[in-house]
Amino acid sequence: MSKAIDRSVVFLCAASTLVILAMLAVILGNIIAHGTARLSWEFLTQPPTQGMTAGGIFPAIYGTVLLVLLMSIAAVPFGVIVAIYFAEYAKRESWFYRWTRMAVNNLAGVPSIVFGLFGLGFFVHGIGHALDRGLYGGKLVLGQPSIVWASMTMAVLTLPVVIITVEETMRAVPREYREASLALGATRLQTVMRVVLPQSWSGVLTGAILAVSRGAGEVAPVLFTGAAYFLPRLPSRVNDQFMQLGNHIFVLSTQSPDVEATKPLLYSTVFVLLILTFLLNVTAMVIRKRMRSWASR
Amino acid sequence: MRSSDAIPELLRVSEMTNRHLKRREFLDRAAETLIIAFASIAIAIILLIFVYVGREAMPLLWENTDGASVASTITPPVAWQPVSVNPRYNVIPLILGTLKVTLIAMLIGTPLALAAALYTSEFAPARLREWIKPAIELLAGIPSVVMGFFALIVLATWLQTTFGLEFRLNALNAGIALALAVIPIIYTVSEDALTAVPSHYREASLALGASKIQTAVRVVFPAAMPGIGAAMILGFGRAIGETMIVLMASGNAAYMSLSPLVMTRTLSATIAAELGEVVFGGGHYRILFFLGSLLFVVTSVLNWIGDRYNRRMRRRLFGTE
Amino acid sequence: MTKALVSLFLTLSTLLLTGCPAPGEHQTITIKGSDTMVQLGQRWAELYMQKHPEVTIQVTAGGSGNGIAALIDGTTQICQASRPMKDTEKESLKTKRSLDAVETPVALDALAVYVNKDNAIKSLTMDQIAKIFLGETTDWKDVGGTPGNIVLYGRENSSGTYVYFKEHVLSNKDFPSKYQALPGTGAVVDAVSKDKGGIGYGGIGYATDIKTVPITKDAGSAPIDPTMANVLSGTYPISRQLFWYTAGPPEGPVKAFQDWVLGPEGQKVVSEKGFYPLKGE
Repeated sequence: MSKAIDRSVVFLCAASTLVILAMLAVILGNIIAHGTARLSWEFLTQPPTQGMTAGGIFPAIYGTVLLVLLMSIAAVPFGVIVAIYFAEYAKRESWFYRWTRMAVNNLAGVPSIVFGLFGLGFFVHGIGHALDRGLYGGKLVLGQPSIVWASMTMAVLTLPVVIITVEETMRAVPREYREASLALGATRLQTVMRVVLPQSWSGVLTGAILAVSRGAGEVAPVLFTGAAYFLPRLPSRVNDQFMQLGNHIFVLSTQSPDVEATKPLLYSTVFVLLILTFLLNVTAMVIRKRMRSWASR
Repeated sequence: MRSSDAIPELLRVSEMTNRHLKRREFLDRAAETLIIAFASIAIAIILLIFVYVGREAMPLLWENTDGASVASTITPPVAWQPVSVNPRYNVIPLILGTLKVTLIAMLIGTPLALAAALYTSEFAPARLREWIKPAIELLAGIPSVVMGFFALIVLATWLQTTFGLEFRLNALNAGIALALAVIPIIYTVSEDALTAVPSHYREASLALGASKIQTAVRVVFPAAMPGIGAAMILGFGRAIGETMIVLMASGNAAYMSLSPLVMTRTLSATIAAELGEVVFGGGHYRILFFLGSLLFVVTSVLNWIGDRYNRRMRRRLFGTE
Repeated sequence: MTKALVSLFLTLSTLLLTGCPAPGEHQTITIKGSDTMVQLGQRWAELYMQKHPEVTIQVTAGGSGNGIAALIDGTTQICQASRPMKDTEKESLKTKRSLDAVETPVALDALAVYVNKDNAIKSLTMDQIAKIFLGETTDWKDVGGTPGNIVLYGRENSSGTYVYFKEHVLSNKDFPSKYQALPGTGAVVDAVSKDKGGIGYGGIGYATDIKTVPITKDAGSAPIDPTMANVLSGTYPISRQLFWYTAGPPEGPVKAFQDWVLGPEGQKVVSEKGFYPLKGE
């Protein structure tokens, strides 16, 4: 009797795993099936035309890449420095360290729309308007949703991810390495720069890639800080708006003038975004695996 | 060299070395200061978020702008009608909506994720394990806007035609998609917790004659409980704050009802839907920041609790944090 | 490898930062607002930019409410609105930016009532429509259709269409809580086309794959279709103008663009998109 219970438990667990994987397969299958129809070189290199029912999504791809690039420039160096501080310099029992570590951990779980609120209120209206008054005499230049504010908002969103990933990698560097370096007479800075950091590049890379993959896919933070519906000209100045893949999907799904006519384009856009995020995630996973196997040697 | 020249030579060299050492130490200190300065700026920005979102909503405590105040969020009539001749800002329908969708997602997602975690860590052959974990992590990599898209375009139609539902976009639709978004988190954290249980627990149980399944269910699973609790709490926190999926798939009506088959509206979707049309500084604007603060506080508390559980589990199993 | 990446980052960021706008440079026009009008705005932008490559036009939707808020906040130059600005909003603009709102009608629209293609309803009176959207009438049989639940679809409260409908059909009473608010007219049309018991409303330009219901002013008079002739003559009870608002009179590139939109080429786009040009065909 208990053998039967045992087997059914295993069966249920296996079945649950199967259900999850099956749902993943259904979603991917559906998107692949409908998404490849419109895929072509023109799709990837032309702007949308005819009311979003024809043409391509190049401005959205460009906008997403630019957004993510600017975000990384802001988030990665800062994140690495904070991680260095946490892993190498901070005193473990100090009150400051404990609270800021908690703040970083917490921030990783905050809803993305809250970042949208922050970005709109602080960056666009706060800093943007202040800069306008200071630099441009009140004219509306930087106090409006634009790619610079959107990327700053995304940078704040992904900062915790970078910090946590890099710090984790740094702590994984064996203590003996640091001790050996210090014993040889190196200062703490030299130890960090020449011993710990070089060993942690994979962590920096992983953190950057995870940040980028979140940045490419998150829509809520950029909805009000810079994403536009239709912008065939590419953003060339910091205060330009931009199109974004995720935002484009949202807009085509809900505000499309003719949902049925724009569906093929919509599916293909989803396909492109999915490929992009999958490539990024897989790369991060591979790097992590290599890093783990290296660390256990 | 004569021996009487050796001592001045030695002194000269040692002075040079001293200068070198002093310079290195200076650089070291300078770099440390710089690092701490930069880190403080970054941390200040992080803390700023905590402060800023709340600050924009603060005036609601003492003044009433266009009918919006903290009191107005709970006074009857229980309705959310911010754009109206008599604007009403009661948040109860929104809170109900958030809880409904989150609950549906957790009820669907938790059993599936936990069972899958148990399977992966205890029963699955090693080769399979190598594939299952990355596959579920792939599910985590799907952006929420894509999940929302899927729920809106495919799932809603399927649900309506299969079950003859009255409302095409409803809480169940959003809840299922949300479950798919939450499953990877619960799975990953609980699977980590289960594999972290030291093998001597399992070996002892097997040595005493228990079967593999009995070991898994009665020894390993309870031992990993704090970690599993953390997983569920983190999943819950993620579900509460999720925006895009509910915005696209739940029907967006602030309708008070306990049924999962009717449309509903959550706190996060309300912010996303209405933030564009509020004038900076007006009453509606402040109320939306208030909703944001609410979400912030709730998710922060949940994250903190989940963190404590995780640490408690590590302490219990390893004696360290 | 890292050196290469770092230099790539630096080059790109320098390129972008030199794109920092100098004071005075201003050939970008921002258009924000009505979802109903967003495809008009987009097509106008597309064609105008082909003719005038030195101008960049950015179009964002979100609802007339969004556009008006942006106009007041000063984050857009042109606000597209499918409803007139309220006096309180005009005052806010005056207080915040010391400018008057300048209203220019750019097209005509019939606010159509959508039902599913298979819905047997032949016409509805204004009163019946009001009762349906107020939640007082809940079954199609009460208005002469096949028995079945009436499911309400419409726009978010940021939408000008929402506000206009509320004012002119519901006499400013509130929608019931069962009313499903969707983020765009396209979504409303899509929902109604998939739901046999659905009813919705929106601009005539979006009416594909669903039926638009002819409206009778009161019981007894003839049902009136939302055609251009009926809108121009004023017999269709819920027709409206679609507006452009600027803070202060439009000048420079904005004025040139607006003049083009009001001219023959711009108005041709209006009929292409299914709306009605200001002066008719």
